[in-house]
Amino acid sequence: MVPPAAPPPTAAPRTASEPSPLEAAQTGVWLAIGTICMSFAALTSAMVVRQGAAPDWRHFQLPHILYANTLVLLTSSGTLEWSRRRIAAVPVGTASLVPGLEGLSGVYLTLALGLLFVTGQVIAWRQLAAQGLFLATAPSSAFFYVFTALHGLHVVGGLAALLYVLRRLRRMAGPVPRVALRAAALYWHFMGALWLYLLVILATRV
Amino acid sequence: MTQTTAHHHAPPRGFLRTHVFSLDHKVIGKQYLDLALVAVCTGMALSWLMRLHLAWPETPIPGLGKLAPTGAAGGVITPEYYLQLMTMHGTIMVFFVLTTAPFAGFGNYFLPIQVGAEDMAFPRINMMSFWVTLVAFLVLIASFFVGDGPALSGWTAYAPLSAVGKDAGPGQGVGQTLWAVSITLFCVAQLLGSLNFITTTLDLRTKGMSLARMPFSTWAWFITSVIGLIAFAVLMPACILLILDRVAGTSFFIPAGLVISDRLQPHAGGSPLLWQHLFWFFGHPEVYIAILPGFGIVSHILPVFARKPLLGPRVMIGCLIAIAFLSYTVWGHHMFLSGMNPFSATLFSVPTLVITIPATIVTLLWIGTIYGAKLRFTTPALFCLGFVSVFVSGGISGFFLAQPSIDTYLHGTYFVVGHFHFVMGVAAMFGIFAATYFWAPKMFGRMMSETLGKWHFWLTFIGVYCVFMPMHYLGLAGNVRRYSAFTDDYLKPMIPLHQFITIAALFTGAAQLIFLFNLVRTRLRGPKAPSNPWEATTLEWSTTSPPPFDNFGGRPPVVHHGPNEYGATGAGGDYVMQASLPSAGPA
Repeated sequence: MVPPAAPPPTAAPRTASEPSPLEAAQTGVWLAIGTICMSFAALTSAMVVRQGAAPDWRHFQLPHILYANTLVLLTSSGTLEWSRRRIAAVPVGTASLVPGLEGLSGVYLTLALGLLFVTGQVIAWRQLAAQGLFLATAPSSAFFYVFTALHGLHVVGGLAALLYVLRRLRRMAGPVPRVALRAAALYWHFMGALWLYLLVILATRV
Repeated sequence: MTQTTAHHHAPPRGFLRTHVFSLDHKVIGKQYLDLALVAVCTGMALSWLMRLHLAWPETPIPGLGKLAPTGAAGGVITPEYYLQLMTMHGTIMVFFVLTTAPFAGFGNYFLPIQVGAEDMAFPRINMMSFWVTLVAFLVLIASFFVGDGPALSGWTAYAPLSAVGKDAGPGQGVGQTLWAVSITLFCVAQLLGSLNFITTTLDLRTKGMSLARMPFSTWAWFITSVIGLIAFAVLMPACILLILDRVAGTSFFIPAGLVISDRLQPHAGGSPLLWQHLFWFFGHPEVYIAILPGFGIVSHILPVFARKPLLGPRVMIGCLIAIAFLSYTVWGHHMFLSGMNPFSATLFSVPTLVITIPATIVTLLWIGTIYGAKLRFTTPALFCLGFVSVFVSGGISGFFLAQPSIDTYLHGTYFVVGHFHFVMGVAAMFGIFAATYFWAPKMFGRMMSETLGKWHFWLTFIGVYCVFMPMHYLGLAGNVRRYSAFTDDYLKPMIPLHQFITIAALFTGAAQLIFLFNLVRTRLRGPKAPSNPWEATTLEWSTTSPPPFDNFGGRPPVVHHGPNEYGATGAGGDYVMQASLPSAGPA
């Protein structure tokens, strides 16, 4: 078998009409959102099944601080969105982000609020523990801790992503860090939406 | 968007960055394949131990007594140790071979090249995915060396056996916890990998590479990624709940009043069925995660050697999508005997039969493709034909098992063992072999020996039929599975057949030494491979063997043709490459 010479790859300067790696961050976050939804859907169905499996479900009052935490998380979504829009408004060709640097303050504020939310969730755990409700006390408390811990871990992941984006925003101009910010903001908003869902589930079930 | 011509990351410098902690998808792909090779050797060695014990249950296995003084004192395997070997064999093979090699390994290496990309969308996540997989494997293997050995609850880790702890038997202490941690880590790795595959396919296709022009293997990896993204997202939280039941005292899967080893378990109210639902919601799609890449590989390779376009390319892709969708509706057929509502069994039986329709269509498309073709009987082509053969053989027995009434009799027997080894294990392995022989020239820049390859194929093909076909008869005769020996009961007359299977398994395993020798020899000093030795059309054959760091030497290809243009009048022969100019082939 005499193989013919492979045709040389054609030089192809990329054009704006073709798919670009810049869109990848956004796609990646949407896929992450999909898979996180699937995980929490599995846990929700597990909770429904477990509640019906035996008469040992124990209802308890959710710590009130959860509602304050909710407000903190939703506010942090607002500050991040404000920041994203401010930074997006700076023309791409601008050498540095100096005109939009005040937009970064929103990212800092979001980071602080995010940390406050995580701290508030830990306080909620301590309040439940003070009532004698631990992970293994009842299936309802078990699901409460599992839901809040897994959500909290994802929020911490979001904080790490925001720190990464912040570093890139401070170091370089151009579209790349803005796309990263857009993707991180999308993830952060989803964290808020997911928490609202979990709060409704927890408030109605446990 | 002008900056996109720059590569994601600079060429690596130094040995560690180039070969160990590499961001290059090609190196990562080979790392996955090497891991799978270590895993498959381990898994096969475990199966040999099981087979030897089944055939000659009272004969000591030389050396085993020293390796496992508790589980095999004097070299004779205890029933518990047999279950531990079985659990590790199944877990290693399903997760670290059948998922790792055809999907993560070959997918990592070839998906970006086949879509004309320079790398995966997220190279760092890609690297992390491999290293987490490796850690998961090491954690699993570590269970051989702790406490009383690895878990014994099977690769499905049914609760409450898997959930209650060391009271449940050897390996159910630390070993089972390590199993659950390993699989949780594996889920994380596969989720990261799937996310990368999908994003790369959606966003990094080169100019002209429309979805319709994607190679069938890329389609299969893409669809498999979608399945994986959903399936592993369910298994991961299930494993977390299992770990909590084991170490934190929760009762997700452990019912009340459970007495094990004369001890009342301190749990209440959990549902063992809940674990089965969560596990099989992952578990059945996992079967397709293992086999769909094989579908793609065979659909990719067969036309190359048939020198004909694949019959019904759009129907093929439609069938793959249909199989992926239906794979999420059939998990209950693994639970016909679980105490599930009998009406549910009927509900799950119907889609189980329906899913055979696209699978049958796919098979007919392969057969239609080679019908009337002047087939080039190369080693990869032989393994593709072998894939079709074992997939059909194993698939047909699936029709029986899909009926709840028949499954009631067969479910706990060797019929099921023969069925899933053919349709999922051996078929997927044949896909891996076909892919290895086909793509080795591209990956290593060297040709594998065809003579050794054909010896490997025929010995393996005959061997696997000798191993797994008799298991169907054993099952019909009522030979139960998971038993470590059949010495003093009605199963005794079946021992000669077990001895035949064991000899065949050892023979088939020995035949794999030919493959190993061929592979090592090729990597070290095989004859140099040209860029397109098989006269194939897809983009990986448009670049050098092996490809440069950025795959196309800084010149991303423009695609003008589909992947299926064989038998046409092209500039270079009876095929038109995807990157050929439009004038090179039929409009």
